[in-house]
Amino acid sequence: MRRYAALIASLVLGGCATPSQDLVVLLPDKEGKVGTVVVQGQKGKAVLNTAFASARTAPDGGVQRGTASQSEVKDVFGSALAAQPSRPISFILYFESGNDEFTEESKQEVKRLLAEMARRQAPDITVIGHTDQVGPDPSNDALSLQRAERVKSILAGMGIPAERILTAGRGRREPLIPTAEGISEPRNRRVEINVR
Amino acid sequence: MQSTRLIVFGRLLAISACAIAPIASWANDIAQFRVARGSVYLERSGQRLPARVGTHLQATDTVVTGADGSAGIAFVDNSLLSVGPNSVLAIERYAFNSTTHEGAFESSLRKGTLSVVSGKIAKQSPDAMKVKTPSSILGVRGTEFLVRSSD
Repeated sequence: MRRYAALIASLVLGGCATPSQDLVVLLPDKEGKVGTVVVQGQKGKAVLNTAFASARTAPDGGVQRGTASQSEVKDVFGSALAAQPSRPISFILYFESGNDEFTEESKQEVKRLLAEMARRQAPDITVIGHTDQVGPDPSNDALSLQRAERVKSILAGMGIPAERILTAGRGRREPLIPTAEGISEPRNRRVEINVR
Repeated sequence: MQSTRLIVFGRLLAISACAIAPIASWANDIAQFRVARGSVYLERSGQRLPARVGTHLQATDTVVTGADGSAGIAFVDNSLLSVGPNSVLAIERYAFNSTTHEGAFESSLRKGTLSVVSGKIAKQSPDAMKVKTPSSILGVRGTEFLVRSSD
């Protein structure tokens, strides 16, 4: 009987030795694309760049590359995955040229934005201004931030708490429609809102 | 009269605070809890603070979950981190320039399980995001991955 107890204990302890290794698993994103994670151990390194590629640290400090099964991912990481926040959603707003009014389409987009915010618990948002490719970076940075601040005050006026709204001026770094330098493109003069 | 002066003084304070807001707000407001289930708390400057949905995180906070706990955190660069039960995740460094998207994001999973969806920092600079465990360092070039830490 004692022997059995010892055997069971060694099995249990042996079973525990495996989970004490580090395990890293690369997942495909929602569109099925995979990125890259480089795992550097004390004595080895693994580059993960395919879906479900895994790396485990060995007791000697080496890193073993392998593939994780979906059931292992579910068993080990189910709780962490279930606690993932909702993905941030992006909305894009345009102003009528020459004034402070949103375009008709953007007014509808604001309604969708408010609905999305209502769907989430205590959401926070970043309002990001973008410009076209006309003019130098510093003035576009300032202009894009001004646009973001203007939208922040409009949204605050609609009842969104100002402390939940961050603003950013991205200048001309992220055009929606790529154009040559100096091209005035109204679709690039926009304000983007990330809801988290 | 006294109160009017106080209000004016308060407004001046508010205005001067606004002048430095772009730096101050990014430094202090780096992330929020979007999910908090079971026992979840924050360690900040030696204090234990309860964590709920909407609780703000600061760089150098540590997130701790109990046996029944799990938590999901959204950072201002849209990075999403979530931890399972019995986990300790220390945010060691977080800096994000919302104009250039340059920054640094270093965290350490001391124990437990972590799920990561990288955001704008990793997208802009492939070496800017790192996740450490007691026995390895992960360089993150994107985008979705899982980590279990040996403890």
